[in-house]
Amino acid sequence: MAVQNAVCAADRKIVLVGNPNVGKSVLFNALTGAYTVVSNYPGTSVEVSRGNCQIDGVSYEVLDTPGMYSLLPITEEERVAREILLKEKAHTVIHVIDARNLERMLPMTLQLVEAGLPVILLINILDEAERRGMYVDIPLLQEKLGIPVIGGAMARKRGLAELRQAIASYDSKVKAVFGYSRDLEKDIAKISEHLTGDYTLVPRSIALLLLQKDEDVWGLIRDAEKGSLEAIEKAVNDTVYERRMDLNLRISLERKRICRAILEEVVHQQADRKPTFFERLAGWTINPWTGFPLLLLVLYFGVYVFVGKFGAGVLVDLLEGGLFENYLNPWVVGLVHKLTSWYWLRELLVGEYGVFTLGVRYAVALVLPIVGTFFLAFSLMEDVGYFPRLAMLVDRVFKKIGLNGRAVIPMVLGFGCDTMATMVTRTLETVRERVIVTLLLALAVPCSAQLGVIMGLLSEVPGALPVWVACVMLVFLAVGLLSARLLPGERPMFYMELPPMRLPQARNVLIKTVSRMQWYFLEIFPLFIFASILLWAGKMTGALNGLVRIMSPAISALGLPSETTAAFIFGFFRRDFGAAGLYDMHSQGLLSPRQLTVAAVTMTLFVPCIAQFLMMKKERGWKVSLGIFLLVTLLAFAVGWSLNVVLGFTGWLA
Amino acid sequence: MGYTERAEDILEALWIAVVEEGDNSASLDNLDVDVQDPALLDLERQALIEIKGERVYLRSEGRRAGERVVRRHRLAERLMMDILDLKGNNANAKACEFEHLLNEGVDTRICTLLNHPATCPHGRPIPPGECCRNARRSAEIGVVPLTEMKVGEEGEIAYLTTSDTKKMQKLMSLGVLPGNHIRLNRRFPSFIFHVGNSEFAVDEQLAKEIFIRSAHSE
Repeated sequence: MAVQNAVCAADRKIVLVGNPNVGKSVLFNALTGAYTVVSNYPGTSVEVSRGNCQIDGVSYEVLDTPGMYSLLPITEEERVAREILLKEKAHTVIHVIDARNLERMLPMTLQLVEAGLPVILLINILDEAERRGMYVDIPLLQEKLGIPVIGGAMARKRGLAELRQAIASYDSKVKAVFGYSRDLEKDIAKISEHLTGDYTLVPRSIALLLLQKDEDVWGLIRDAEKGSLEAIEKAVNDTVYERRMDLNLRISLERKRICRAILEEVVHQQADRKPTFFERLAGWTINPWTGFPLLLLVLYFGVYVFVGKFGAGVLVDLLEGGLFENYLNPWVVGLVHKLTSWYWLRELLVGEYGVFTLGVRYAVALVLPIVGTFFLAFSLMEDVGYFPRLAMLVDRVFKKIGLNGRAVIPMVLGFGCDTMATMVTRTLETVRERVIVTLLLALAVPCSAQLGVIMGLLSEVPGALPVWVACVMLVFLAVGLLSARLLPGERPMFYMELPPMRLPQARNVLIKTVSRMQWYFLEIFPLFIFASILLWAGKMTGALNGLVRIMSPAISALGLPSETTAAFIFGFFRRDFGAAGLYDMHSQGLLSPRQLTVAAVTMTLFVPCIAQFLMMKKERGWKVSLGIFLLVTLLAFAVGWSLNVVLGFTGWLA
Repeated sequence: MGYTERAEDILEALWIAVVEEGDNSASLDNLDVDVQDPALLDLERQALIEIKGERVYLRSEGRRAGERVVRRHRLAERLMMDILDLKGNNANAKACEFEHLLNEGVDTRICTLLNHPATCPHGRPIPPGECCRNARRSAEIGVVPLTEMKVGEEGEIAYLTTSDTKKMQKLMSLGVLPGNHIRLNRRFPSFIFHVGNSEFAVDEQLAKEIFIRSAHSE
């Protein structure tokens, strides 16, 4: 057979495959000790992680593939996963499946085994299955399948030692074989007898994929089988015609039949069991009558209390007011003044827009606590399994704005960091949805840092916060409805697996939070520094004043003092820079309540920060991102202007 | 009761204008007929329609006859698309010729063969015939789309009708596969169902394309 295991020890590869959400990444972490984001949302592990591990003194390379549902790829991610199986000559392929869905996931094990791959089956999440009254006879399953089968719960490291043992002692000569029904076997034989090329997959598997019209494999055949291509094509077409049935379906049904036979006597389900608390909770989250109140609770406690009050209030005060104002700033300023007497260098480091006094202080003291608490709350919700249910709950509303429920996840993430959310839009299926979400993120979804500052700012002025919320929501809905009408493209369909809700696991939540914060620090922190250097250069050369002068008429049209212009320009470097600028002006008493509200609304809608813009360009290309940029700028000022007029007219917030 | 193909076409257009589009009548222009058209006069003679000046009214007999014609046309369309796999203008033209051959009896057979479809390929409703009503009444083994199931009802997935093969593959690999047991948990705001131990949510559009052989567990 084409699988080669006789490679030198150092090149031994372990490939992890399986559906999304079965714990591949957790296993990857357990094997290698490194971490990737473990996520409930299909599509977050788009990239392939590689790591190393040692078993019995032999080193292995471990590859974590994107989730795949079958050997016949549909999405780009599945194509990548299969590519890995085809190209990397694996020492062992570990198929990870969810014990609770054994019957559904076992057909892919058959596919992997019949492809001639060296498969170890890992039945993961066994603990939760047992809690649901399910018992799996692992030794019997191993006997029936003819490949090593390990039961375990990787989140608790149960079964890890056995798995490592199975990898170390894997015997590639033992091959399991399954028989399909006689007619299908005949069809397979008819095609595979023509195959002469050397493939990673065995001819049997190639024949099946050809029958299922897999384009990649057909491409492979066209290159490898110059001589017998015609005979193969004829054999396949004859078979397809002879059976006159969707062969995809037929093969799927065949596999299902075999799996049923295998699982008979292997799985025992204890009947009649009371629903657990989490199952009932899951029920509440998807019932609109209880689901929306629950959502409000989550928003109130998760976002308002935890992120708004605790993160943006307590933690920011502690870091900004305490640590930086009292200790770090005087010390660093003193140090710089002692070391250098050059005015421009002092300004660069600790001046008005200094790298330390502006960049580092904002990044660490103002933004980090807010973003950090948000990411913690987000990761917690993600680990509980709340988001797929939220997606379902809002699907009908989102359909109205040209999206489907899936889009709620980047939207919610946008309240944490719009830049990260813009990146995550790539998990949406159609280009149209991606553009709409990108636009809405840029326009009407304030990020947590900005949100924190604005909420703190407006909560001091009675009535300002409701006006701000109403304005932003109105713009969100209006632009969503309009773009759904105007943008061409197909209507989105919604289908999603709802993974069971469960108690969050501290380790998972922590890892997710930390890796998001790490991403934030690596991607965004340099931009803070970059922004403060730009602002410093602008100040030194006078370009900043020029820009302020250019923008001043627009700002005055909104009825705002010209000092606000600087805040708007900061706003482009970081949305929250701008908001914080307003904060400073407010504490100096430069803004009336009306001006404050107008400024806050305009600032929220105004151009996303430079990082988000760069991400938009990366994901959507120049044309779309510049279009969005212009549209958002125009809308922000138009709405700000109208709001100012309306407020002036009605005398609210005077 | 024989009327010509021409008469059937007029009746069909009039029925759609009056019953589906909610007009009280249709103008001769819209129907694209001449007031002297023998088919039109023939219909009036059979008391199916009434012509008043420039407008044609549908009488209650005509309403029933029109419904049958529309039903045959849409069944013919379904047959063309689903079974004979003809698409586009060609299918439409063929369906127009074909519908006239489907007299009483043949349409029942085809309706049963197609499992009493509720809508034509363009999504317009097919008026139910006697065979559909019978099937609904006896209802022991009915194959219905997921959208017709009640909450808590269980059944076996009979087939999927999505025309998008990728979507079909996706559903199949999720375990939404003919022969699998399914239980509907919620209908609103989306369709939520259990297959095996997994729970899925799909929207109404997709739910319409999953057909269930219901087991009537109650």
